[in-house]
Amino acid sequence: MADVEIALNRFGLGWKAGEAPPANPRRWLTDQIGRYDPAPAAIAALPRTPEQIGKLASLQLDRQERRQNRAEAAKDPAMEPTMTPAMMPAAQPRNEAQLLKPLRDSYVQAAGARMAHTVATDTPFMERLVAFWSNHFAVSIEKASVLGLAGPFENEAIRPNITGKFSDLLFAAVRHPAMLLFLDQAQSIGPNSALGQRAQRRGAERLPGINENLAREIMELHTLGVRSGYTQADVTEFAKALTGTTVTGLGRLARLLPYDSGRTAFVEQLHEPGGRTVMGRKYAQTGEAQGRAILNDLAAHPATARHIATKLARHFAADDPPPALAARLEQVYLKTGGDLPSLYRALVESPEPWSNPGAKFRQPWEWLVAVQRATGLTVPAQGGQFSLNQLGQPTWRPGSPAGWDDLAASWAAPDALLRRVELANRYARSLATLDSRALAPKLFPESLSEPTRSAVARADSGQQALALLLVSPEMLRR
Amino acid sequence: MTLFLNRRHMLGALGAATLLPARLAYAAAAPGERRFVFIIQRGAADGLATLAPLGDPAFESARGALAADFAGAPKLDTTFALHPALAGVSALYAQRQALFVHGVGIPYRDRSHFDAQNVLETGGTRPYEAKDGWMNRLLALLPGGTRAMAVSPTVPAALRGSRDVTSYANSRLPDADAELMSRVSQMYAGDKQLHALWESSMQAKAMAAGNDDNGQDPVATGKLAASLLSGPQGARVAMIETGGWDTHYQQKGRIERQLKGLDAMVGALKTGLGPAWNETLVLVATEFGRTVAPNGTGGTDHGTGSLAMLLGGTVSGGRVVSDWPGLAQGQLFEGRDLKPTLALDAAIAGAVGAHFGLDPARVLATCFPGGGSKPIGGLIRA
Repeated sequence: MADVEIALNRFGLGWKAGEAPPANPRRWLTDQIGRYDPAPAAIAALPRTPEQIGKLASLQLDRQERRQNRAEAAKDPAMEPTMTPAMMPAAQPRNEAQLLKPLRDSYVQAAGARMAHTVATDTPFMERLVAFWSNHFAVSIEKASVLGLAGPFENEAIRPNITGKFSDLLFAAVRHPAMLLFLDQAQSIGPNSALGQRAQRRGAERLPGINENLAREIMELHTLGVRSGYTQADVTEFAKALTGTTVTGLGRLARLLPYDSGRTAFVEQLHEPGGRTVMGRKYAQTGEAQGRAILNDLAAHPATARHIATKLARHFAADDPPPALAARLEQVYLKTGGDLPSLYRALVESPEPWSNPGAKFRQPWEWLVAVQRATGLTVPAQGGQFSLNQLGQPTWRPGSPAGWDDLAASWAAPDALLRRVELANRYARSLATLDSRALAPKLFPESLSEPTRSAVARADSGQQALALLLVSPEMLRR
Repeated sequence: MTLFLNRRHMLGALGAATLLPARLAYAAAAPGERRFVFIIQRGAADGLATLAPLGDPAFESARGALAADFAGAPKLDTTFALHPALAGVSALYAQRQALFVHGVGIPYRDRSHFDAQNVLETGGTRPYEAKDGWMNRLLALLPGGTRAMAVSPTVPAALRGSRDVTSYANSRLPDADAELMSRVSQMYAGDKQLHALWESSMQAKAMAAGNDDNGQDPVATGKLAASLLSGPQGARVAMIETGGWDTHYQQKGRIERQLKGLDAMVGALKTGLGPAWNETLVLVATEFGRTVAPNGTGGTDHGTGSLAMLLGGTVSGGRVVSDWPGLAQGQLFEGRDLKPTLALDAAIAGAVGAHFGLDPARVLATCFPGGGSKPIGGLIRA
């Protein structure tokens, strides 16, 4: 019976009201790999990348127009007699918020669709992996250009690629416009590229150059992992190799280059010419093939195998990943050339994730999903994002490209706990007819503790009983 | 390394350290009145865009378009000028309550944010070497019962460790009723982890009463921090996290907004603390600096040497402490970054030690055990 709870909570997203417990927990999990739907209807219906980039481009145009209008108004005092230059920037935030509204709306819509799908899904193990990989290749809407693209990124680059090879997932993720904009690759230009040389000849005031942000984070976060032996010179060389990969239809490039809008493209005129050397290996390829060859080698590198294995072990076993599990996953990665389903099966078949129930503290999104699956509550899109904000984990908005931390110490904190209690109380108010005394043993057939059972049994109202159950120690962990 | 600064900078940096006796008796405020706040700038804040060495002959050519931020900025001395967005900090400098340590570095020299923040917060010499944070270890040196607080929903690495630390941040959620709170308390009684977290949150909630405005803006955060640091039961050690400093792209406008926010936060903290500001030391520091030259996108990439600020009533301010390495190409670290010439841990140990009336060498050994350097003296008023 303990295995059922591990399957439901640690591998899955919590017991869903009305579902029979799986008879064979391990097979229930591995079967999900084949049943996984990369494009469920509600998600497939969302606006896609090119449309979102179109919105971003028109927003840039609006901004430009407004700047021009302001400049003209400043020149002509008769137009705005009461406006001093110092006052003008103050008017900006409201306009900016209005300009961003279409993108913000589509963000809320996409984040809401994700939440609704994770609550409803019958392949929760796979949806957990979607979130895992989406966080591994984190983009953040902290950057306004990512606002409308974070949803399309997960739906088009992550979802279709989590049941193939890691190298394909890597390639799709780091080449998606959301990533290219988030980590500044879209504007990185080879100083000796055709465009760079033209600027030099023209004596341009600001010469184009490389931006090494994406190259560094691919090595540090997406593949090899930090302190695995690469140097600053490797980062710079890799960044040069990546030049040319950009997003069409935005900014200066939209005017300079006759490409169709709103997609990732390799633009030869931006690419730094010449061979590159990364981690001792020479890359003589020209054009796009060069960056691709380096990415393939990074994906196949033993340090990448170790990095991915460690992260999976941490997510599915314990904050301190059991060394034997990490080593086993590393071997599977190397033997299968980074075949992701083989890794998932190895996880399910390993003993470590099936011991120490409750070793992982549920992150805010996991808790909010588990609450809804258990109670049948539907938190509307806007409300769900408000709640996640208050709990410290707004969807697709981690504070850094490293994504959200997978450690209890990052989430189990005094104020964060208080907020879960406040939210649980609020949800419980709308669910006052639910019988928590009956729900508790269904949720935790094996692990329901005496303090939780008695807190629920002695509560002074249905609302209070449910609030207590939703913040019980069992519910906060997996 | 070329030194072109006047002796004053050097004396501030190195002179006093050698004069410190091993143990000092302090007769300042009674123990328990002094307050220390660490404002971390996550993402590698550009020190050269914050405090610019206009007197360095290489500054304009090395910084290119980024030098324009300081056109007309008032100079602090013959060398340095503060970014115009830092109006409040500039006023503190005039009142000798602001001191800058420029060209500082942590022991870590690679350019990963996450590794570097871990070193900055744990006080180790290598990432993930130390398991607890240096601020948590600092508590062991302070009088028993000294309370520490993270002004955020969760506890950042610098404060994590064996000593209890609480966390509190502005929330927009309606309060749950007292009856539910006490039943939650009972339910958690047997769960060691949840019990400690819950008791801690209840205490913080009581302390913040009245200042729990729901914004996430820097002024609200500064005000909230002040309320949590006030009164006999208030915290004496606190940490505030700020983000958004990773300016790879179009740095000019972003750094201006960032610095304005920081300036406003410090201002609100000072106002909120009232007379207690005179007993307060605020440290502003980041994991590393940024490249001296702009990159291809009007921003800067990950660098090395950075800037730290000491603000507050106990600071022996109105000075820039630096062993200035210079910005000419041959003077840069690995040909691209400001060379770190002073150890950040030496500055922190020197300042925090003197502020709390502790032996700075002991603070260094406890908080930054691998650090080889001596604490920098003279940062705090005697």
